[in-house]
Amino acid sequence: MEKGQRMKIVTRTRAGTITGLMVVVLVLAGLALPAVAPRSLIQDLFFILTMLSLAQVWNLLAGYGGLVSVGQQAFVGIGAYAMFAMVILFGWDPVPAVLVGGVAAVILAVPTAFFAFRLQGAYFAIGTWVIAEVTRLLVAQWKALGGGTGTSLPREATSDIMGVELIRTLFDVREAAARDILAYWLALILTVCIIGGIYWLLKNRLGLALAAVRDNTEAARSVGIDTTRLKWAVFLIAAFATGLIGALIYVQTARISPDAAFSLTDWTAYVIFIVVIGGIGTLEGPIIGVIVFFVLQSALSDYGAWYLLTLGLLAIAVMLFAPKGLWGLIAARTGLRLFPVQRRLVGHDINGGK
Amino acid sequence: MTTVLDLIDVSKSFGALKVTDGVSLTVPKGQALGIIGPNGAGKSTLFNLITGNISPDQGRIMLLGQDVTRLPAMKRVRMGVGRSFQIPQPFEGLTVLENLLAAAVYGRGAPEAAVADDCIAILRDTEMLAKANTLAGSLSLLDRKRLELARAMATGPELLLLDEIAGGLTEGECRALIDTIRGLHAKGVTIIWIEHVLHALTSVVERLLVLDFGRVIGIGAPDDIMASKDVREIYLGMEA
Ligand SMILES: Nc1ncnc2c1ncn2[C@@H]1O[C@H](COP(=O)(O)OP(=O)(O)O)[C@@H](O)[C@H]1O
Ligand SMILES: [Mg+2]
Repeated sequence: MEKGQRMKIVTRTRAGTITGLMVVVLVLAGLALPAVAPRSLIQDLFFILTMLSLAQVWNLLAGYGGLVSVGQQAFVGIGAYAMFAMVILFGWDPVPAVLVGGVAAVILAVPTAFFAFRLQGAYFAIGTWVIAEVTRLLVAQWKALGGGTGTSLPREATSDIMGVELIRTLFDVREAAARDILAYWLALILTVCIIGGIYWLLKNRLGLALAAVRDNTEAARSVGIDTTRLKWAVFLIAAFATGLIGALIYVQTARISPDAAFSLTDWTAYVIFIVVIGGIGTLEGPIIGVIVFFVLQSALSDYGAWYLLTLGLLAIAVMLFAPKGLWGLIAARTGLRLFPVQRRLVGHDINGGK
Repeated sequence: MTTVLDLIDVSKSFGALKVTDGVSLTVPKGQALGIIGPNGAGKSTLFNLITGNISPDQGRIMLLGQDVTRLPAMKRVRMGVGRSFQIPQPFEGLTVLENLLAAAVYGRGAPEAAVADDCIAILRDTEMLAKANTLAGSLSLLDRKRLELARAMATGPELLLLDEIAGGLTEGECRALIDTIRGLHAKGVTIIWIEHVLHALTSVVERLLVLDFGRVIGIGAPDDIMASKDVREIYLGMEA
């Protein structure tokens, strides 16, 4: 090899750099948005961001890790209840209590994994759902947090959440609106951290291992990949993130009940819909999926049963005709990758760059 | 002389079929050992036992003086056992380069940056450099075999197990492959090579083992083995 023409390995692409710049612009715009946006838009965006975060995490679990869990509502619920417990029982500020939500989810995830990892395929999915149901039933016995009917965050806790005073003076809004803005900002930051974090994991050694295991578990073991440890890592990371999101969602709603916080429909079925529609196993997919989901929800949610039926039919149609989702169609046509992870060798005559 | 591998009376059955039958074998460091035998003799199974992909019913397996009989495959890779599969098992969704990086990062327990140059060197040695950015799933059978060898090398093996990687190669490709394996051998890597292409095998190995119905029926210098009557019978039988 000639000097000065050293080969090196890169993952950066132009599309990736453009994505990076766009993210910076969007985040800055997003942070400034409450200055001009009406409260309802802030609330809608909060919903979109939290659903997007949940979808990205489920996609990490199922799309990259092969762990098709239908029990993620367990971690939403336990995260939310842990946050409530810190506020109501220990007088914490709700915002730092969100972190406790993440920790609580990890603590629940350990026995869940011990149990569910013994199960294969569909049994794993059912196992995770059973654990979520059991957790819901147990939490419903927790009288201090309202038992089966639930409870609300006390007024004195919600009125002096850190930062709310500042937001009130900054934007000249009432307290409830200021709380929405705070929750929205936190959701924006959390979403960026989750997508950025998953992207970072995929670009590093964990991404290689996940892809290797997905392609060929036996061969993965034969090159030294500890497949069990990998599953644990993915499951615990996903639980932590899901717990944080759950807690944050209930900082905004400020009212909780076991049925709502452990809802299979809201926190797992919709999330799976978003991932499947957008494209499983890609970071771009859930972003497209959440937009489609929000549009459908705005248009159809007044129709009750018809709404769910439409979602179901649409998901089935996509699974049959576009198994890689909407982003799969776009990527196949354009070759576009907004979040490039592929390592390429450059500085040499190499064919087959795709 | 240190030994890399010690098999002590190892047996394995699949149902009623005894595929490995009381095999004992010592491989000293730096040796290149060839294994021949008819199809179904249990050659690949012997590899699976050494790598830990399956565990024996009986007997012990020692690696570098340590009993690894109950150690899982991925731990044995870290100890220095690299293997290629007879039927290539690439990570199809990864590129050729990424296949090697995954093997090097996890097989050696080293960061990506530390193994990058070595992976590039292995790609060059195995003539896969031009395909570095190609998805492994779209490779021809031949290139898949090359990738098997390259990926096994990327794990940084002390002991390299090669399962029929020369079959189907052209004469020129076979010579290149022999050069690559000789190069590894010269670096002190211990090699066990299962191969039906006898001239390729005998041009590299200094010791030859014959396996039939799971039993070792001959082991020694290649010339002596090839001259023995038992082996000729089996081989004539196999080639018929
Ligand atoms: N996992 C397995 N389960 C059942 N039978 C197997 C398995 N692996 C190999 N065999 C059988 O064991 C015998 C030896 O196989 P193998 O070791 O692949 O032979 P060779 O590599 O010498 O051709 C064959 O009869 C094969 O069908
Ligand atoms: Mg074989």
